[in-house]
Amino acid sequence: MLLFVGAFFAAVCGIYWYLSNETSGTMMLLGTCLLGALPGGYYYWWSRRMRPRPEDDPEAAPADGAGVVGAFPGSSIWPFVLGISAASIGLSLVFGLWSAVFGFVLATAAVIGVIRESRRGGLV
Amino acid sequence: MAFAVERTIPVPAEEHGPSGLLKWITSTDHKVIGKSYAITSFVFFLLAGLMAMLMRTQLASPDNTIVTQHLYNELFTMHGSLMLYLFAGPFAFGGLANFIVPLQIGAPDMAFPRLNALSYWLYASGGIIMISGFLTTGGAADFGWVSYAPLSSSINTPGAGPDMWIVAIALTGFSAIFTGVNICATVFYLRAPGLTMFRLPIFTWNMLVTAILILIAFPVLTSAMVMLWCDRHIGSHIFTATGGGVPVLWQNLFWFFGHPEVYILALPYFGIVTDVLAVFSRKPVFGYRGMVFATMSIAALSTSVWAHHMFTTGTVLLPFFSIMSYLIAVPTGIKFFNWIGTMWRGSLKFDTPMLFAVGFLVVFLFGGVTGIILASPPLDFAVHDTYFVVAHFHEVLFGTVVFGGFAGIYYWYPKFTGRMMREGLGKVSFWFMLVGFFVTFMPQYWLGLHGMPRRVADYSPLSGWTLFNRVSTLGAYLLFISVAIMMVNFLVSWLKPVPAGDNPWDGHTLEWATSSPPPHHNFYWIPPIRSERPLWDHNHPDCRTIDTHPPGEQRVPAAVGAEADLRPGHGTGTGHESGEGEEP
Repeated sequence: MLLFVGAFFAAVCGIYWYLSNETSGTMMLLGTCLLGALPGGYYYWWSRRMRPRPEDDPEAAPADGAGVVGAFPGSSIWPFVLGISAASIGLSLVFGLWSAVFGFVLATAAVIGVIRESRRGGLV
Repeated sequence: MAFAVERTIPVPAEEHGPSGLLKWITSTDHKVIGKSYAITSFVFFLLAGLMAMLMRTQLASPDNTIVTQHLYNELFTMHGSLMLYLFAGPFAFGGLANFIVPLQIGAPDMAFPRLNALSYWLYASGGIIMISGFLTTGGAADFGWVSYAPLSSSINTPGAGPDMWIVAIALTGFSAIFTGVNICATVFYLRAPGLTMFRLPIFTWNMLVTAILILIAFPVLTSAMVMLWCDRHIGSHIFTATGGGVPVLWQNLFWFFGHPEVYILALPYFGIVTDVLAVFSRKPVFGYRGMVFATMSIAALSTSVWAHHMFTTGTVLLPFFSIMSYLIAVPTGIKFFNWIGTMWRGSLKFDTPMLFAVGFLVVFLFGGVTGIILASPPLDFAVHDTYFVVAHFHEVLFGTVVFGGFAGIYYWYPKFTGRMMREGLGKVSFWFMLVGFFVTFMPQYWLGLHGMPRRVADYSPLSGWTLFNRVSTLGAYLLFISVAIMMVNFLVSWLKPVPAGDNPWDGHTLEWATSSPPPHHNFYWIPPIRSERPLWDHNHPDCRTIDTHPPGEQRVPAAVGAEADLRPGHGTGTGHESGEGEEP
């Protein structure tokens, strides 16, 4: 599907450039084309190297997927802290640099917190 | 705790982590985040609705002075911004998709739970920043939700309010991008065994396509906001003609985001309506693959029609954008055909979600048809920036977002909370809304055709616009009553709960296979998946859905309850008819 995105916008981009000779629209369409083509190509590259997964097998039984699905983190305060820090840094563009200081301190704390949490993996 | 989740969990997993307020702040569970999103965006919807009421009241009489010109500008800007950036999109891809998509694909959570929480907090803080613009001395942003270039410069609209608006859009833009990434990864990697891509429920398909559209559109918006901020504060001249910049570049950038945004808002609600129509017609979706490809082609075309908002600038390629805009009518027509085909000869149950879904079909058709009128450049030149356009996009967006969204709320509220909404109140609310909708927006077409421009705070008594404006305001009050009844419905269901059970609507898809509300990590058990209606197949073994595309076998059209059809002397073939429909 992503490859289709890439191909479709490559075509539209070409037609548009030919018809309009206008720069900004063409560049945006080109970017969109790459946005589809890059991850689409990556998925295609991997899909040829992977074993077929039970979720893509139309005859699979629920038990075929048994096993570890993935590790999901539990409750964590750090996304909240990171969100607040991003908001403070954003507000510094309006009200001056003092809130950016606050924001960067919080962001640093949050990044450290997330990394420690991921490494430890135990109780948060 | 970090959990290693397995597909088959023999014993119920217990609720982990903190409770109370701390739970809402720290949770990384997609269900809690989905609820936070839904509640927050609904609050923004109510605020924006109150702004609309104030504006309609102002316009009820000529030369009215309820609000000042300046406040009116702030009101329509914030009404549009709240509705589009903070309600319509986040309610769908933050609230409903967050809650429902992992359940529909049998996943224990979203792929990146902490990123999910971060997007919620970016969204919430962005929303609060945007609305606090009203508290600054210069007032909130007042350049319209599109913030066209010369008007949004630091000379024409100075002050902190517009800056806060810009920052808020950038923050919510990042939030949307993160959610888009999360939905893509979840749908690609966390599906249950046997749930191939072409067995996904249509709602999940539409959310996946929406997520890709978000990834196409929102980076352009966020970068345009950064450029606008640079123009306002550090003296660059990207959009100012005096410094050699190009004001119309803003319109190109904005609408390259803005038109896909319309479909980012619409597609999730198309998905809701498709699921609701199928469940309440007790049939599979008619033309499943056609539906999926129609969604994809709508999304693809929507990214190449941005300049049909800019016909009157005189700088765009009219034939190209006009033809591309007309082309969108084709996949939309396919969708309409399939929606009607889904209902055709089904055993319909007109519960509240179904009423809203059918109401959506009617009102969206009106908006869609006037869209075809506007796609024609000569006609667009005549009605550009009049109330005709206002009426058109309110019919499209109100039709999709509110009718489709309310169908989704009534449909999934039992799954969210484990309680039922009251049917009677819901139906009264629906009829108020349907009548109010037409009374509000149909007169605006006439106003537009008689030349009333949009975004004006008053008009002359000599203009002859008074009557239609009065009617439109009356309709707005009907809509207000409808939403008020819905709030009463929430309150009643909260105070006197009626337990919903796991599967109150006899649903088709996996979210109804778990309890209401679902447990931590969602599933104890998943039925075998052999078609796009796994739960229906499990509950009604006598009329299973034949997978429309089994590998190596002949295709059976995805029409009626097919297997029952094929056996002689077994029913009339319109699906399940044992009449065990549980009226709540």
